[in-house]
Amino acid sequence: MANNNIGPKRLVVGAGYGLRDWMAQRVTAIVMALYTVILLGLFLTGKDFSHAGWTGIFAMQWFKMATFAVVICLLYHAWVGMRDVWMDYVTHNVFVRLVFQVATIVWLIACAGYAAQILWRV
Amino acid sequence: MSEVVKARPRFGVMRLIDATGYRLPLAGFVSILHRASGMLMFLLLPFILYLLDKSLASEATFAGLQALTSGVFVKLVILALIWAYLHHFCAGIRHLLMDFHYGLDKDSARQSAVSVLAVSIVLSALIGLKLFGVF
Repeated sequence: MANNNIGPKRLVVGAGYGLRDWMAQRVTAIVMALYTVILLGLFLTGKDFSHAGWTGIFAMQWFKMATFAVVICLLYHAWVGMRDVWMDYVTHNVFVRLVFQVATIVWLIACAGYAAQILWRV
Repeated sequence: MSEVVKARPRFGVMRLIDATGYRLPLAGFVSILHRASGMLMFLLLPFILYLLDKSLASEATFAGLQALTSGVFVKLVILALIWAYLHHFCAGIRHLLMDFHYGLDKDSARQSAVSVLAVSIVLSALIGLKLFGVF
């Protein structure tokens, strides 16, 4: 009776088996790609390339919100990507991998904070 | 019991160094460059944010940034980031199309891999020429 949860009668308990992160990486990618197109559109139709023109774009509330949403998407996207890298290459020591993963999270959250500071100072 | 498990060789787990023994197909190059470009942008994220910060903070820091980015080394770093973004973008779109089951057969996969490499390198080269003031 010890092996009740192994085999075809295995009890599935909502781990998601990686689908959530796989999907999140793709959805965030699409959001960032759309933002890239918007930014490129603003750049190609722009006439004022001075400091005032540049800050004028970031002074718009909708652009601040869109940029912040993209930063959060980047955070999640880069987390999934870097986690995959550590899972693929740091295979011989679970503790070292954990250190890399925690460092990745800290790095990304710190960067997101910096981005928020930059955006709401304009 | 645990000693027995530890002593067993770990079949199927290859080291990164083992990967150098394989000759990659073009799609393999696109794939590893996708990963490398992603890591590069991840590592240089604070630098990118620093550039954004200085470009927005004030008129003076905006001018200071123009001075900083006139240096050859900084220009090369920016060009590397531009290539990384373009490659990651193009290869990402290729991945998304493949997720929707477009271009999965060997020939079209190879063609799309060539397209990704060509588009990202040519666009990077054009932007690089602009960056170094050729036109």
